[in-house]
Amino acid sequence: MISLTDFLLVSAVLFCIGLYMIMSKHNAIQILIGIELMLNAAILNLVAFGRYDRFNNGGQMFALFAIVLAAATTAVALAIILNVYKKYKTIDPGKIDGLKD
Amino acid sequence: MTLVQALFYLMSFIALASALFVAATKNLVRSIFMFFVTLFALAGLYVLALADFVAITQIVIYVGGILVLILFAFMLSGKETLNVIAQQRKQFISISRLPALLVAALFLIVFVNVIVKVDANNLEWVKKAIATKNDIQSNAATTENIGVNLMTKYLLPFEAVSILLMIALIGAAHLSRKERTE
Repeated sequence: MISLTDFLLVSAVLFCIGLYMIMSKHNAIQILIGIELMLNAAILNLVAFGRYDRFNNGGQMFALFAIVLAAATTAVALAIILNVYKKYKTIDPGKIDGLKD
Repeated sequence: MTLVQALFYLMSFIALASALFVAATKNLVRSIFMFFVTLFALAGLYVLALADFVAITQIVIYVGGILVLILFAFMLSGKETLNVIAQQRKQFISISRLPALLVAALFLIVFVNVIVKVDANNLEWVKKAIATKNDIQSNAATTENIGVNLMTKYLLPFEAVSILLMIALIGAAHLSRKERTE
């Protein structure tokens, strides 16, 4: 069987790629993709540890909850991105620096 | 090397390579479509971790829902994002990426260090789970158990997450509706 350490290493690399995307991109959609990558790394950890909990299914259950939360976050974030685009005509977070009026 | 291990290395290679491509490419469309590949490979990894229901949910919700939403956001704000890409292309080597790269690399070093030190296979509760046969066998059907647990042990978080999902949907619809001209 595959050892837990392998899963943890893969998810650590994924998390770091997501972190890099969040800090270096100039585009809100790509930053959102970076957040999704980090969430997926966390879900991979939950699932990998959930293998050792057959009766309660703790890990898999919270992986499911995390997926649902990610979906909710994305829906709201994309609505916000579209509104920001309507107002500022850009989705570069570095350029959105005006307060209301 | 068994077939399972070979599949694991193949899947993790695909996931990491496509994630790196997503992070490195300057073309937003390509990065979104490579993100598809990352998510599918991750679903394969979930299957190898013996969580088939989570893998199916991943495909249905992430690939079917979230990626379509991201594509919509890209198409509805398309022109300006393409301009951003054109601006980035002018800089040949951007020194502004260096801090991000540095922080990510340092995080990776810390993580790998911790993972190697903690030696997750020999944790106390993992050994206990194996000894008491609490680990999922590769021929087990887990979906039924998940369904029963979801309706008994995890009923309160389930309802809470359903309410939160409804709040998020109403909020998203409210945010993106057109302003009424008065």
